[in-house]
Amino acid sequence: MKKSKLGKVFNDGEVIIRQGDAGNFMYEILDGQVEVLREKGGEEVQLAILEKGDFFGEMAIFEREKRSATVRAQGQVRVLTVDKKILLRRISEDPSLALRILERMSRRIREMDGELVRLRTGK
Amino acid sequence: MLSLDENSRVAVIGAGPAGTFFSYFLFAMAERVGQEIQLDIFESRNFASPGPSGCNMCGGIVSESLVQTLATEGINLPASVIQRGIDSYVLHMDVGSVKIETPLQEKRIGAVHRGAGPRGNQEGQWDSFDNFLLKLARDKGANIISGRVDEIRWEDGRPAVKVRGGESRVYDLLVVAVGVNTATLKLFQDMDIKYTAPETTKTFICEYALGKEKIENYLGSSMHTYLLKIPRLEFAAMIPKGEYATVCMLGKKIDKELVQSFLNTPEVKRCLPPDWDSQQEACRCMPKINIKGSSHPFSDRLIFVGDCGISRLYKDGIGAAYKTAKAAATTAVFTGISEEALKQRFWPACQKLEKDNRIGKLIFSSVGLIQSFPFARRAILRMVAKEQQNRGMPQRMSTSLWDLFTGSAPYREVLLRMAHPLFLSSLIWNIVIELWPFRRRKQKGRSHEEE
Repeated sequence: MKKSKLGKVFNDGEVIIRQGDAGNFMYEILDGQVEVLREKGGEEVQLAILEKGDFFGEMAIFEREKRSATVRAQGQVRVLTVDKKILLRRISEDPSLALRILERMSRRIREMDGELVRLRTGK
Repeated sequence: MLSLDENSRVAVIGAGPAGTFFSYFLFAMAERVGQEIQLDIFESRNFASPGPSGCNMCGGIVSESLVQTLATEGINLPASVIQRGIDSYVLHMDVGSVKIETPLQEKRIGAVHRGAGPRGNQEGQWDSFDNFLLKLARDKGANIISGRVDEIRWEDGRPAVKVRGGESRVYDLLVVAVGVNTATLKLFQDMDIKYTAPETTKTFICEYALGKEKIENYLGSSMHTYLLKIPRLEFAAMIPKGEYATVCMLGKKIDKELVQSFLNTPEVKRCLPPDWDSQQEACRCMPKINIKGSSHPFSDRLIFVGDCGISRLYKDGIGAAYKTAKAAATTAVFTGISEEALKQRFWPACQKLEKDNRIGKLIFSSVGLIQSFPFARRAILRMVAKEQQNRGMPQRMSTSLWDLFTGSAPYREVLLRMAHPLFLSSLIWNIVIELWPFRRRKQKGRSHEEE
């Protein structure tokens, strides 16, 4: 992975964001993939695998809660950090900029609905 | 009110960033509302050919804020387009140099080649930035028409466009994105519209082939900026790319003499290998840039975006093209294409840029004033050096200069930061230290020793 290109390179297993930390950034995956983990009672549950073109950490942009999950590099990964301040300023100038994030969040709710039905019905 | 309907026909003249961003976002917005659009992009250049014929002539910097905004839009600039990620800049003055790093120490500024690279470069070594954007627009559904537009006229109240040797085509909307370095703007003189061409000034851009290793060793991943006391020179920068270093100069009446006096300064020479020869540039151009936007870049069924309409003063012209192009596309899909609709939604986005440019002019004049006093230059250098040594302290001067030189924030934000009482008191304190008689004697002694 070329280090002279955009973003920051994380090596396999490196934590990019940690559950419980404060967050002022969201991240775009430029190359490679990451795993999203929720830690509970000393155990780790894998919530998702995200890859090139996906983003994570977006909840920190819209709310002031702590990070809800840990994100770790799976193999070498290159991510671009997006500042909360810059993004909110641009969204205030051009609200359509938030549409892609809304679309992705909406898709996640749809997936979670499916998961909920599966858990309740056992099918 | 005039609006785009199902299968409306749109023409875009110019496939630089303003034209391709407009096309990309017009398709994206129309897709959201379930509307079909037919769009033709007219372009005479081939961005895959090296040298001026395939280049839209600019320094080739994609600003920090634009890189982040595009990523949020889902447009990630591929490694093949980014010649080098920039994570810092070095400020060079006659009183010394200092490196300023971003707090995150991450490469978030992209150095790109607008075309296929300087004259003589072998094709296919990398992707041109403009070609990458053109591919995005084409993938969304744009039809590319190769050729030079030689006639534009009204036909029953609709714009008609003709390329040399071709037939005239009538459209529902015409978007002009031809920049300020073309004769195409003259075609609008007899169209009975209120459009006025922007005021421009000449810049100087040249490329030096140094090779990857020397670029890495001498320039690294820093943009080198120069605040030197050379008459008529306002600002200069050296940008490292893959194989080349790009030199950009802004000033009044830039000519060969001014270029040579800048390239011969010790501040430039110490950034480059000893065997570097200022006469051996691979490519050079003196393009015009927009320094005062058009007073009326729209009318019924006609919009001027990017440099030929409103741009950003000196910095982040690509970012300004993105903003005006997206505002135009959003207006066309959601509000309409009449003069009234464009005034209501597109024009405020342009005016915001122009207002900010007025603040930018004020800041650049102040920087020019500071440049003329050695003690003020030393005070700035001292402030930045101290901030960079102690990253825990507020980075007031470093952040202000970073935003000013990289175009990462609006000029208004830079001014507010510079007008902060703590910034001003710190600057005054450092000036007082530099003017202190004991220190001045010490400086004098040092310069005698150097002689």
